Amino acid sequence: MNGLVLGFDLLLVAGLAWLAWQALFGRHRFTSVVHFMAFGLVMALVWVRLDALDIALAEAAIGAGVTGALLLAALGRLPAAAGHAPAWRAAQRPLVWLALATTLLVTLALAWVAWQLPRPGLAGLVGEMLPKSGVDHAVTAVLLNLRAWDTLLEIAVMLAAVCLVWSLGPALPPYAPATALPGLPALTRLLHPLFLLVPAYLLWRGSHAPGGAFPAGAVLGAGGVLLVLADGVPWMHEPRRQPLLRLLLAAGVLLFLCVALVGLLLTGTFLAIPPGVAGHVILTVEVAAALSIALMLMAFYLFGEPGR
Amino acid sequence: MFHAVIAALLLLNAGVALWRLRRGPTSADRMLAAEMVSVSAIAVLLLFGAGFAQPALVDVALLFALLAAVATANFVTRTWTLLHEESGRREEAGRD
Amino acid sequence: MTDWLVPLGNGLIAVGALFFVAGSLGLIRFPDLYARLHARTKADNLGLGLICLGLACQATSLAAALKYLLVWGLMLIASSIGATLIASTALACGLRPRQRRPVSHSAEGDQEKRT
Repeated sequence: MNGLVLGFDLLLVAGLAWLAWQALFGRHRFTSVVHFMAFGLVMALVWVRLDALDIALAEAAIGAGVTGALLLAALGRLPAAAGHAPAWRAAQRPLVWLALATTLLVTLALAWVAWQLPRPGLAGLVGEMLPKSGVDHAVTAVLLNLRAWDTLLEIAVMLAAVCLVWSLGPALPPYAPATALPGLPALTRLLHPLFLLVPAYLLWRGSHAPGGAFPAGAVLGAGGVLLVLADGVPWMHEPRRQPLLRLLLAAGVLLFLCVALVGLLLTGTFLAIPPGVAGHVILTVEVAAALSIALMLMAFYLFGEPGR
Repeated sequence: MFHAVIAALLLLNAGVALWRLRRGPTSADRMLAAEMVSVSAIAVLLLFGAGFAQPALVDVALLFALLAAVATANFVTRTWTLLHEESGRREEAGRD
Repeated sequence: MTDWLVPLGNGLIAVGALFFVAGSLGLIRFPDLYARLHARTKADNLGLGLICLGLACQATSLAAALKYLLVWGLMLIASSIGATLIASTALACGLRPRQRRPVSHSAEGDQEKRT
């Protein structure tokens, strides 16, 4: 049985290495993108094998779903001549091999160092703090209570990225598809109720099982991308809805900041959540963060500022 | 044990799709192969969840199933568009 | 009652895996994009459906069994509509299906699709 599982893991690793190689060094950009999407899927399987289900959920939703969508849409705007990646010149080959060899050595060194670290690491400390943190799941407790500062900064970075993408210019109108596709609105109509239900379910489950705000927001965002494809979100382009859009985009960061400041007032430490109300506060922040993340992913997909 | 064997078989199967991913003459062939990897991954996750008693894996499989649709819809509307028609020659889009 | 559910489930899973193998065989061997689309969509979905059915037989509660069937239903919708999307766009982009024609009236322009 152990041999079988080991063989399975080796297959996964071999597949990962092959897909990564093809994604980086493929001759055609479309081939590279599709290999990258398959890489995201296999990576999610690897996270499952490493017992990190929250990361697997996030990797599947963001890596294989939304990033794949962004890359495919960007590829569609390139002129046909840019579809080929340029071949290496003779002078570049030794440099590339040197870089690959260095990466391999550094990876092996890091793996050796990681092997020396004491186990189980910080899991004991987190387990002690868990009853006071307001949730039952260690990952959610760490993300939204014990290390909430990191999560706040992550969401702020995403907001900054949206500002950057929007500063590039007005939203790009998409090219027309090659033919009328009546199946697309049907697909959206059939699937979108589930695209709303599954994130709600993941959000609620985040308090006691793998789930939480990030996978929920990413799935909501993927559903939003599907809606944008089927032309179902016209309000995003209307000028008079822009203030509302911007408010919703910033809602995650704003709510998080409010919670941090209130924590400062109540307990004297920035971002300290009082144990009594911790559960409810975390749920509220998660809901706002999931909505914001979903809208931010849709905002990336517009490739520019809407409503101009 | 039985579930793990079937899961390994399905993973090997997905490896076949990798060949088509590399080879397939048109872009649609490659998208097809990527979808096949996705469906195999769903089956593998379901079998692992049952074989190793981890019910949370069914949720991950649910997610994969939802996202397969998004990738195909994206490819068809945003990548394989009339842009390739406008380039003058009526070539098959994304050919090698 | 539950005694024969486990072997039944195992049998369904095994047949499902067989269909998966058949689907990938079609992916390699069929000569044409449209044929490969058929092979992948039908065989893979049937395989996944049988696996989900087998696992639902072995599930511990009704809710868990229904979740397996939900995954299959979702995949069915996504796969079938995705296949029609790809096929319509391929046709509109000029990819003709490979057809065997008698030599007497061979239309060169219609045989431009190659493996």
